Amino acid sequence: MRSQRNLFIGAFLCVLFLVAAVVSFVWTPYDVTQLNIANKFQPPGMPHVFGTDHFGRDIFSMLMVGARTSIAVALVAVSIGILFGVPLGLFAAANRNTLIDEIIMRGNDLVFAFPALLIAIMITAVFGPGALNAIIAIGIFNIPVFARLSRAAALSLWERDFILSARVSGKSSMRISVEHILPNLLNLLLVQGTIQFSLGVLAEAGLSFVGLGAQPPIPSWGRMLAESQTFISFASHVVIFPGLAIVLTVLGLNLLGDGLRDYFDPKLRQSIPELKKHGGTH
Amino acid sequence: MLTLLCASVIIFLALEVVPGDPASVMLGVNAQPETVAALKQELGLNVSKPKRYFNWVSGMLAGDFGVSYTYRTPVRDMIADRMVISFPLALYALLLSTLIAFPAGIIAATRRGAVADVSVMGTTQLGIAIPNFWFAMILVSIFAIKLRWFSAGGFPGWEAGFLAGLKALTLPAIALALPQASILARVMRSSLLDTLGEDFIRTARAKGLTAGQALWHHALRNALIPVLTIIGLQFSFLLAGAIIVENVFFLPGLGRLIFQGITQRDLIVVESVVMLLVFAVVMVTFLVDIAYAAVDPRLRRRM
Repeated sequence: MRSQRNLFIGAFLCVLFLVAAVVSFVWTPYDVTQLNIANKFQPPGMPHVFGTDHFGRDIFSMLMVGARTSIAVALVAVSIGILFGVPLGLFAAANRNTLIDEIIMRGNDLVFAFPALLIAIMITAVFGPGALNAIIAIGIFNIPVFARLSRAAALSLWERDFILSARVSGKSSMRISVEHILPNLLNLLLVQGTIQFSLGVLAEAGLSFVGLGAQPPIPSWGRMLAESQTFISFASHVVIFPGLAIVLTVLGLNLLGDGLRDYFDPKLRQSIPELKKHGGTH
Repeated sequence: MLTLLCASVIIFLALEVVPGDPASVMLGVNAQPETVAALKQELGLNVSKPKRYFNWVSGMLAGDFGVSYTYRTPVRDMIADRMVISFPLALYALLLSTLIAFPAGIIAATRRGAVADVSVMGTTQLGIAIPNFWFAMILVSIFAIKLRWFSAGGFPGWEAGFLAGLKALTLPAIALALPQASILARVMRSSLLDTLGEDFIRTARAKGLTAGQALWHHALRNALIPVLTIIGLQFSFLLAGAIIVENVFFLPGLGRLIFQGITQRDLIVVESVVMLLVFAVVMVTFLVDIAYAAVDPRLRRRM
């Protein structure tokens, strides 16, 4: 019951932001590139639902466009994590207890020793700030997460009888990994992907907040917050709404992840304990 | 150890690719080539890259982080000045997070499914979703601007008194602690629930212990292992996460130092701070391993 409710609320919130992002390509209530200083700091209400910012831009429209940035950055970053991490994990599991396994796992530890933000800062120091570099930074951090998860899950699958019969029938360990192990990991990856997606949204917001993420004029929730910091004492609506957008998106993704996990297999609850799930936040 | 060595190579290589030679940046575009060469000599930039890497690492091992390109002061002193803010801040936040998370996790686990459990789980779900810098801004607007209980930012320095310093760090620490406390409370709850389902708890109850006694004497200690892992991870995240929150409160900590270093092409500062943070992460992981042994005697033999 509870998990069904999580799934429903989570999916609802996610769809809401996805729709907002997609619709923003063709329509927003106001043009976000149009500056209208005379109209600045309008309180929430009509005609600006969430009010206007220090340039007189409609905050609701900016949030819609900002959703694009968040979703795009987090989605690509998670894809990088899956694309590199899962093969690494499968490869390590197929060659378990060999030198190559050891090297891959030590490499993972090495990346884990750099908090995500530090990776981002170093990349920014080298290539300069921008959405692309934020993606790379968050993506690099995602690789060991997926590598560890898929290695651990693959290791337990390798012990199973159906893998044994595949080996007896002469399949190479590569083929077994792709044909038999990978399909059994998909649910797990989907759940973890959702969780990492939410961490990606948070990380993107944090990076743009300190000016290392998407650069103007691309609207981004994190930078909206950074800009609003100066006006916090007299225009609280410019602070509240971008923050709420981040909170609701992350909440939605987390609920969706929890709901999916329970939906696929109540027993999965044991195999993704909280510590793996939140091992890499912030 | 190997991790640290690899990390130092990566940091050095990554930052050496940075376009812009510090000496030229410092002197501007119109500088004479001879002046640039002289400055390079002074900063130790004129030797080959492997040699510079070697100088940097051997210097750090001896406690000498080199001299800042921009300020000409020893990096060690700059870092030390900032550490006295960032380190206590991370520790303060960790303490708050643990103090909130332990009772919350225990209450939720022992009253599974009850109102207390559901509200703890709901609150933590929300706490995980709230970005700490936004929470920090909300705290500033309520407690500093509306109520005027705290100052909105800045740091008076520890010379102004321990309490004054602590007060300046309170809002940042709360902002940092909230998401971490939420995560920790959930870990505490699930770990405790697992432990409470074990046979030895049933045995303890069967020999006549009350539920409370079984919890305090048997379950809690056994549930601590995953919790310790998370606390260790969190400390390093708090050190790094402080980078953002320091910005909200204008605290002159390590985070601000890094940003300064990047904008001024002060590579040696950036390299050293990043290396220091990585060192802290590795050290904490090591300490957590030792703490395991203290909590669980069975692990002592294996080490």
